[in-house]
This record gives sequence, structure tokens and C-alpha cells, in this order.
Amino acid sequence: MDITSDTHSQHISKQFNHELEELKTHLMAMGGLVERQIQEAVAALLDGDSRLAEQVRDNDKAVNNLQIKIDEECTRVLARRQPAASDLRLVLAVIRATSDLERIGDEASKIARNALTLIEAGNGNKGFVEVRHISEHVRKMLRDALTAFARFDIDLALAVVHEDDAVDSEYTSAMRSLMTFMMEDPRSITSILSVMWILRALERIGDHADNLAEYVIYLVKGLDIRHTSPEDLDEAALKSKG
Amino acid sequence: MPVFDPETRRAPEAPAKESAITDIPAASSALEIEGLTLSYGEATALKGLTLRIPRQRVTAFIGPSGCGKSTLLRALNRLHDLNETVHRQGTIVLEGEEIHAPGIEVAELRRRVGMVFQAPNPFPMSIYENVAFGLRLQGGLKRRQRDEVIEWALSSAALWDEVKDRLHDSAWSLSGGQQQRLVIARTLAVQPEVLLLDEPASALDPISTLKIEELIRNLKSRLTLVLVTHNMQQAARVSDYTAYLHGGELVEYAPTDQLFTNPRLAQTENYITGRMT
Repeated sequence: MDITSDTHSQHISKQFNHELEELKTHLMAMGGLVERQIQEAVAALLDGDSRLAEQVRDNDKAVNNLQIKIDEECTRVLARRQPAASDLRLVLAVIRATSDLERIGDEASKIARNALTLIEAGNGNKGFVEVRHISEHVRKMLRDALTAFARFDIDLALAVVHEDDAVDSEYTSAMRSLMTFMMEDPRSITSILSVMWILRALERIGDHADNLAEYVIYLVKGLDIRHTSPEDLDEAALKSKG
Repeated sequence: MPVFDPETRRAPEAPAKESAITDIPAASSALEIEGLTLSYGEATALKGLTLRIPRQRVTAFIGPSGCGKSTLLRALNRLHDLNETVHRQGTIVLEGEEIHAPGIEVAELRRRVGMVFQAPNPFPMSIYENVAFGLRLQGGLKRRQRDEVIEWALSSAALWDEVKDRLHDSAWSLSGGQQQRLVIARTLAVQPEVLLLDEPASALDPISTLKIEELIRNLKSRLTLVLVTHNMQQAARVSDYTAYLHGGELVEYAPTDQLFTNPRLAQTENYITGRMT
């Protein structure tokens, strides 16, 4: 049976409704924080703002704390409510999602660390265009995945799953052009490697956003599409009301 | 070929009035119920149920009070025969035999299809005599053979170790949980093929409940079990298949794993997750 974003507020126990609502609210708060971390880490690099980069690294603790807090809430719901069906799927999806969001937080921190290295070295901005472009792309993926989660929106979740392929190919071509720069100017290798690490982190963020979208499909349809390539997805079946 | 195919994860689409799990073939079902309608006077308790109950599996019936789950259970060993106001249509086939066929003896049917009720009901006699009761009725066993069967039945009911030194004490000296296992041993002693359990643990404390549930799991290697319970977690813990009944109709019948993680119908979802309908 398909569920909607109202499904979890129809229990006879209002307290249970409230607990599930809190899980979603806290997950969205964590998602918002993580998205800001990416945005600021990339801004720190592009604007050469080392204070902002330091701030991103400090904020990672807040992301980690939120993961622990939400996981505790999920554990409590599992222990006290023994949720079934869509309630169970919501709790599982939230636990999985916090783990991906925490990893996105780590990637943002990595971007900030490499931004600091690049700001200190201060030579050139090769690859920055690609960083800006891919970062905007993966931030949109993350935002869409979170919106899909909040609205239980299968179509939007599927769009995110497909988007990940585009990010992967952008990443590959960015790496190729950075490789050329390194061959042309060996002195730039150190700083270009840092840019490559940043691109790598952004590409990983895209993968995590893709995971989040997959949890939305699990949550709404009860179908686990992890490890299924987008071409093999039977979208007609996913979009049909079951 | 899509790796994931909703058809293999879900029960095939069926009309709102679900009739049976299609993946239980007739050959592996102990009981086949077809078009079973049962009414108490004017009130219809079961409305044309059709389902198969798989052999050597635990099948749970869940549903709100008055949904017909106990009525269905009782129909399986003809407990309604004693009530003249009950009218029945439809058939119940046990291992190929219609249980209402003229040649069927009710006492023999009830040996083959044993029943355990909500409140433990040991007879007012010793532990030993409780288990020996059915055997004595059947007759034909020498004392030593009978002792062996009694030990086997009590062991099968996970009670032997607790009572082996006090077999001649009154059954009433046992705790509620032990009494329930004694009643199960009494039923097992006559070698039934099907065991019907009507809320077998609802009067028991959590530890005794878990012992009964463990026993149900162990017994399914030998017989077919049908469980009626209000405790959904219990149905989820012990059963292989779950049937959700409402208003005398079979709403959804599916493998328990599926019914409790991704039920097909909103009505089932609402019931098992405690939502307002």
C-alpha cells in the first residue's frame, strides 16, 4: 500500500503521531544543516575565506550530535512502539538517512579542509569552475531528496536517482581536465590534487543524496531499490498506485 | 530483465475480497476452506471465506473483536456442532477429507484437530492423568507404552523437566503457564495433525508467553498450527502466514513478513499499525 505524508499522523495514539513527526522534523533539520555545510565549504574555497572554512569544520560536531540524537529517538520508538508496516519503514528510513547525512557532513568537512590548504597555498583557481558547477548540482540533488522525503514524493525521488548519473559523468570529465592541467604544469600538482579531493567529496555527496532518494522509495512503496541501476528500475510499477 | 520486480515481492493483485494465498498449492495445505459461511441465528459471523492453511506452518488469524477469527477456528474441528443456532454453508477439507462428510466421526476429527483455549483448562486430576486422559479413552496401550507417550508429550510441550518428579500432583498445583503447556501436552498425546490455539497466551505472564511461543515454533516441524491472537506482535513473532479478518470477511492473507512490513491494503495497514479507520 502506498502512503502519503499524512499517513503517520493518523494513529489512535497521538503521542505516537507526535514521536514520528519529531523524527521527520529532526531529520529535516539535520538535512538543512548539512546542506548549509556544503554550501559554506564551497563558498569558503571560492571566496578564499579561511574563517568560514574553519567554521564548517567546527560545525561538523553539530551534525554528528544530531545523528546520535535522531538515532536515539529511533531506538526509543522501536523499543517502545514496536512499529509495523509503514511506521517501521519510516523509522528504518530515518536511521539510514541520518547515516548518509552524517557522511555528507564529513565530506563537507573534507572540502573545508582542502579549501584551507588551497587558500594557504594561494596559487591559482584551476578547477574552481567545475567545483562550483558540481557543488550546485549535488546540493540540488540533496535538497530534492530531502523534499521528496518530506513530501513522500516518489517522482522527485526517482528524478534524484537519475540525476546521480549526470553528476558522475561531470565528475569524470572534470577529473580528466584537471589531469591535463597537471601534465602541463607539474608545479600545480599539489594544489590540483586538493581540488580533486574536493571534487571527489562532491561526487560522494551525490551518491549519498541518491541513497536518500532510494530510502524515500522504500518508505513509500516498501520496495528496496538499492543496488539496482537506474536503467533496470521499473518506473511504471514504482509510480503506479499500489 | 529488471532486477526488482514488484510482482515477486507482493501478493498478486486480487479483488478487494481476497480469497487465498495463491502460492500455497493444494498439495501442501492441511486444510482447504471453501465458501465458508457461518451464522448464529440471524447474525452472519463468516461470509464465504475461502483459504488454504499450509501444512506444518503456523498460520495466525488477526482482527478486531467480532471479526470472526475465533468462529473460524472453532469451525475447523466442528465445535459449533453443539450449538443448534449455528448454520453453516461451504466446505472444510482436512487432508483431502470433507470434515462434515457422513462417515466422519466427530471424536476422531477432534483427535486429529486438537484445540487449546485462552484459559488453561486442566482436568481436576493429576498431571499424569491429564495427559493420559485421551490415551485411556482411545485404549489399547500397555502401561509402559502409555508412560512413554506421556513423557514424550510432556517433553514436546516443554514441561517434562518441570514436572517429572511430581507427575501425580494435582494439575491445579501448576502455574498458569505450566497449566497451559500441560493442556498442550494433553492434546499432543493423542497425536493430532492440526493444533488450533485460541489466544493461548493471553492469560499468561510474558515469560510463560514466550515459552508458549517457543513451543509453537518447535511444534511446527510435526504439525500444522493455527493461532488466533489479539496480540499482533505475537502473530508477527510466531506465524509464517497471517490472515487479517474483518466483519466476517478475509481482508488480506499473506506471508507474515510481508503483511507486517508492507501490507497490500490500507485497511490492513491501519489495523496493524493502530490507526483510526
